[in-house]
Amino acid sequence: MIWDWDYALEVLPKLLDALIVTVQAALVGFVIALVLGMLIALARRSGRLWLSVPVGALAEFIRSTPLLVQLYFLFFVLPGFGIQTSPFITGVIGLGVHYATYTAEVYRAGLDAVPRGQWEAAWALDFSPLHTFRSIILPQALPPVVPVLGNYLIAIFKDTPLLSAITVLEMMQVAKIEGSETFQYLEPLTIVGLLFLIVSLISAVLIGRLENHLGVLRRI
Amino acid sequence: MSNPSPAQVATPDLDMSRTMPSGAKPMIRFSGICKAFGSLVVLDDLDLDIAPAEKVALIGPSGSGKSTLLRVLMTLERPDKGSIEIDGAPLWHMPKNGGLVPADGRHLREMRKNVGMVFQQFNLFPHMSVLRNVTEAPVHVLGIDKDEADARARDLLDMVGLRDKVNHYPAQLSGGQQQRVAIARALAMRPRVMLFDEVTSALDPETVGEVLSVIRDLAHEHNLTMLMVTHQMGFAREFADRVCFFYQGRILEQGPPDRLFNDPQNERTQAFLRAVLES
Amino acid sequence: MFLPIEFYGNLLQGALITIQITAMAGVLAFVCALVAGLARMSSWRPVRWTAVTYVEFFRGTSALVQLFWLFYALPLFGLSLSPMTVAVLGLGLHIGAYGAEVVRSAVLAIPRGQHEAALALNMSPALAMRRVILPQAVVAMLPPFNNLMIELLKATALVSLITITDLTFQGQLLNTATLKTAPIFMAVLVFYFLIALGITSVFRTLERRLSVGRLKGMAR
Ligand SMILES: Nc1ncnc2c1ncn2[C@@H]1O[C@H](COP(=O)(O)OP(=O)(O)OP(=O)(O)O)[C@@H](O)[C@H]1O
Ligand SMILES: [Mg+2]
Repeated sequence: MIWDWDYALEVLPKLLDALIVTVQAALVGFVIALVLGMLIALARRSGRLWLSVPVGALAEFIRSTPLLVQLYFLFFVLPGFGIQTSPFITGVIGLGVHYATYTAEVYRAGLDAVPRGQWEAAWALDFSPLHTFRSIILPQALPPVVPVLGNYLIAIFKDTPLLSAITVLEMMQVAKIEGSETFQYLEPLTIVGLLFLIVSLISAVLIGRLENHLGVLRRI
Repeated sequence: MSNPSPAQVATPDLDMSRTMPSGAKPMIRFSGICKAFGSLVVLDDLDLDIAPAEKVALIGPSGSGKSTLLRVLMTLERPDKGSIEIDGAPLWHMPKNGGLVPADGRHLREMRKNVGMVFQQFNLFPHMSVLRNVTEAPVHVLGIDKDEADARARDLLDMVGLRDKVNHYPAQLSGGQQQRVAIARALAMRPRVMLFDEVTSALDPETVGEVLSVIRDLAHEHNLTMLMVTHQMGFAREFADRVCFFYQGRILEQGPPDRLFNDPQNERTQAFLRAVLES
Repeated sequence: MFLPIEFYGNLLQGALITIQITAMAGVLAFVCALVAGLARMSSWRPVRWTAVTYVEFFRGTSALVQLFWLFYALPLFGLSLSPMTVAVLGLGLHIGAYGAEVVRSAVLAIPRGQHEAALALNMSPALAMRRVILPQAVVAMLPPFNNLMIELLKATALVSLITITDLTFQGQLLNTATLKTAPIFMAVLVFYFLIALGITSVFRTLERRLSVGRLKGMAR
């Protein structure tokens, strides 16, 4: 048999450690994507063309080009501007910015789904725009899109192996290092694959639940 | 077993509920048809015979099972119990080893050749021109030569008054025009039985007439057997040889239109007719 | 800030490889999507489950893990594929799994009346699918497939990690050789963006072609 159980058990703990790094990267990247995505969505909705047009174009550009190249760009270019960061920070910034262009679209759909009348009603009550947005619009726009955002968390998680290309010690990088030391790639790579599968499937089930839960809430 | 033995089916039936005007062999025979959706009984042990070339109108309150009866005949819905025969041949069953077994796909396709249906929502194929809507099935199901199918489709479209629309797409037609194409499309398969399920209900009032007049011509000129669910009592009266009043999955009363409309016997028929005629 | 003109030749060479992989993997993805999407709706359980397994497996694991596994681990089973084959196979299967859902939802979105009309005209299920349902569903599939092709294009950057000299790889070579990092990676990103624009315009044309005649009243 080609599969070496002893070796598999030996690398498993190292890979599980790396899984923690992977999850951390995904979560931090997701938070950046959530915040930045909202800013992009708002900028694109803004009536000021000098803001909405360039932001829209840049988001479109980032969304249509490979994350891997964007990571290289950050990795090699940031230090040139005197910004010294760890590969991990560079990686999560890359993930966050890239996926912010996706979450922005999600927010946009959510915001578009709130009827115009809600804004008008709030203005009629003399609420400030900020207050209207925070207390009237967002609470209606967000719940329906939470599951979609959740799917992007999974997508970010599945893109974390790209960080191996800029030397972040996440699962893929650890698997590659292990493999290159022993010339046995099968076990670490297969374990990484399975760990991804397990985490994604569990998250998908959780998001499904969340979706049902929110669906029920909305119907009440 | 739900299906009656052949001997039973052949027995002359004296039950008033399935009376045909003539004593001829029925074109369609429903025997003991039951259909339920969950706990909702939609057809309740229903018997009905229809003679060849007979025009039958089905009326009754919403939800009484009229559409479902047409749909089990079109094999869009499978009955829970009972049997249907088309010209003496069982629809949902097929003979095997001297008995009857549930029909397979091939038997159903063979039997479906006899029946055509026109729907309330037209259901034209939006990606095909009017002409192709009408030729598609003859060419690909019946295997008719394309030129021949084209010629016949043009004749049929001529008959429904749409000769100049052959190259239009359904979305470019009015509801009444679409429904006339749907009638031509069904006729192109040369069915012996045509089913019409509230074919004018989705139409703007001004186009109802053109569709009804096509159906009227069809009733006069062809020896088609026709079953028509309708809420238009006026049309039912002039079109039908027989009117059946449905109530809760049964036929409560039936007879020639003059009798049924002028002198309904059943209380529920009276109440129903009063309600529709008032509105 | 701008990249000297003599470097564009290398990038162009890489871009051609990228386009080639995108096209081939795109065709494979479309075929996989169609087969798996229809199989998921089959009434035959083993067929359905096979399709579900394929879709969940390839969506649940990361594209890079799949490529690495095919590249490093498959040879251990005596099956050595060229990097190009790995790229097309891996990315095609990966995107195809997402496409299967697109096919499925587009087919399910066709109104029941269309199925019923086809049945009333005595069409067999296969004939109805081929001539009535799919031609209508394809129109609805085009916009999501456009997005998937952009995702595919972006994912092709990963093939640079399995030694293929695609656009990203050429960028890296230039980077090591010249250290003009910012303009090189910027140029690479612009190349990707232009290819993405090309893909979108192809899909726009297809959409326009396929909806001839039926558009007018459909939105009524
Ligand atoms: N596929 C289905 N699943 C569940 N219930 C159904 C289904 N099809 C029909 N029904 C129900 O069966 C009942 C009878 O339906 P049917 O369409 O036969 O009535 P109908 O007499 O044609 O009424 P209408 O005049 O409104 O068309 C209705 O209450 C309907 O809601
Ligand atoms: Mg009905």
